[in-house]
Amino acid sequence: MSTSELTTVRAGFIPLVDCAVLVAAKEKGFAERHGIDLLLKPEVSWANIRDHINVGFLDVAHMLAGMPIAQSLGINHIKFPIIAPMALGAGGNAITVSCGLHAQLQDTGADLSDPLSAAKALRKVVDRRRSDGLEPLSFGQVFPFSCHNYQLRYWMAAAGIDPERDVSLVVIPPPYMVKSLEAGQVDGFCVGEPWNTLAVEQGVGVILLPTSSFWPAGPEKVLGLSERWANDNRETLQALLKALDEAAKWADDAANHAELADMLAVDAYLGVSAPVLAKALAGDLHFYNAGIVRAECEDALWLYAQMVRWGQIPLSREAEQVACRTYRPDLRAAALGVEKDISTAAHPAPLDGVAFDAADVPGYIAEVLIKA
Amino acid sequence: MADDLKILVIDEDPVRAAILKEGLSDAGHMLVEWIADMSNLHVRISALDPDVVLIDLENPNRDVLEQMFQVSREVKRPIAMFVDQSDTTMITASVDAGVSAYIVDGLKKERIKPIVDMTISRFNAFSRLQRELDDTKTQLEERKIIDRAKGILMKQKGIDEDEAYVLLRRNAMNQKKKIAEVAASVVMAADLLG
Repeated sequence: MSTSELTTVRAGFIPLVDCAVLVAAKEKGFAERHGIDLLLKPEVSWANIRDHINVGFLDVAHMLAGMPIAQSLGINHIKFPIIAPMALGAGGNAITVSCGLHAQLQDTGADLSDPLSAAKALRKVVDRRRSDGLEPLSFGQVFPFSCHNYQLRYWMAAAGIDPERDVSLVVIPPPYMVKSLEAGQVDGFCVGEPWNTLAVEQGVGVILLPTSSFWPAGPEKVLGLSERWANDNRETLQALLKALDEAAKWADDAANHAELADMLAVDAYLGVSAPVLAKALAGDLHFYNAGIVRAECEDALWLYAQMVRWGQIPLSREAEQVACRTYRPDLRAAALGVEKDISTAAHPAPLDGVAFDAADVPGYIAEVLIKA
Repeated sequence: MADDLKILVIDEDPVRAAILKEGLSDAGHMLVEWIADMSNLHVRISALDPDVVLIDLENPNRDVLEQMFQVSREVKRPIAMFVDQSDTTMITASVDAGVSAYIVDGLKKERIKPIVDMTISRFNAFSRLQRELDDTKTQLEERKIIDRAKGILMKQKGIDEDEAYVLLRRNAMNQKKKIAEVAASVVMAADLLG
């Protein structure tokens, strides 16, 4: 097919390992085979991704799983309906701490490989700092509606740490994360790859936990687009979803990871050395397996519950319905001609002992608030 | 117009920041701070406690501001972006110009709109200047490469400068290319063969 017969789709991405599905769709020809000329546009911030989608400079984008929900609800910004027909990745985040903090956590004698006892160890350090009159510990994350933000809070709160009062959570753009840890501006961070691996490689920090050890399986990044664009470009969207499904399957296959690492390493994408990327791909980041490629109502409600829990939006039946409708697995199923994937990923046991029931978000919120 | 609004400009480009600061002071805003170095940004913004923050869109630290206008104990007052449902033209204009504005919640729109309008027009003027500068640079580079190609042709064919130029121009017309492009291939060929 010549370029002139292809339909152009402008896709924004942030240079992170989990932009891989978009990159593979272009570089391995999946998009072209489905009649799409995929233009990949690097962006420097999540705020830019949101704004460029809103004003129509981008058609689709690599988004943090919480972004379409926050945007559709109009939290801290104008209300603008964004939908997510599929996930672009799950897992891949980790909590990394400075070598100094890691030594203090080890001194507590706790088993740091267990997420709950690691959180309890952190609480001991936090409490001691307070009684010593020291500044609270500071942790970096990437965006108010990122899983990273919610994962840090969920993990800390499980040990009784109040993330608003006992520590300081600050947003740091991922490329500055390692530098901030090295400069002592933060004591730890939660970020996606390759930044955790790079912190270790540079001897600046220690990876404490992959967040998948305690966080429910579900999307970390999604394909986000405006509802308006989806309605105006039904056929293009179907073709795109087919291409991305194939690309996700390809990217998920470990046999392709060496090629994928080389592909992502170039300056136009990540500009990070291929061996570091290969290491990052070998971790718990998934693009397809175990049904993670779907973005379901339950996944959206889990994130909505985090937004309510941490005071980003008040609880309401109406908001819950909007959040649920943000994730659109039906669009993916319609494009692929399948009813529903059968496989689902297993969730780790809840760290705080509070099971999440998507059918009863108010009940969940009431229970976590009592626990706090 | 005297105004006590404290405005913070976050921009790594000193020229653009200077153009913007000048515009702000012409409009009577004397409390203008500028941050060019992005390290430990949230602490410094908190310390300055601005009413309005203007930041260029190519700055990854926009996400830091997004977090700061969340209600938190870190900043004394919540900061919100200057947009509401009716402001879509303003968003498009500011995104197009490559700038974003954040303001302290509760500030009246009438006080902010002229500031944002002025920022947008200054950013656009800066982009125009930069385009003109790029064009001038390209023209200079084209002239340099044409001169080199003329020199190569004069030496190899034993012709004078005018003849060399005519030769380049004729080839360019025949191939429907720019003279500079033909000149570049002459230079490249000479480099490869010479």
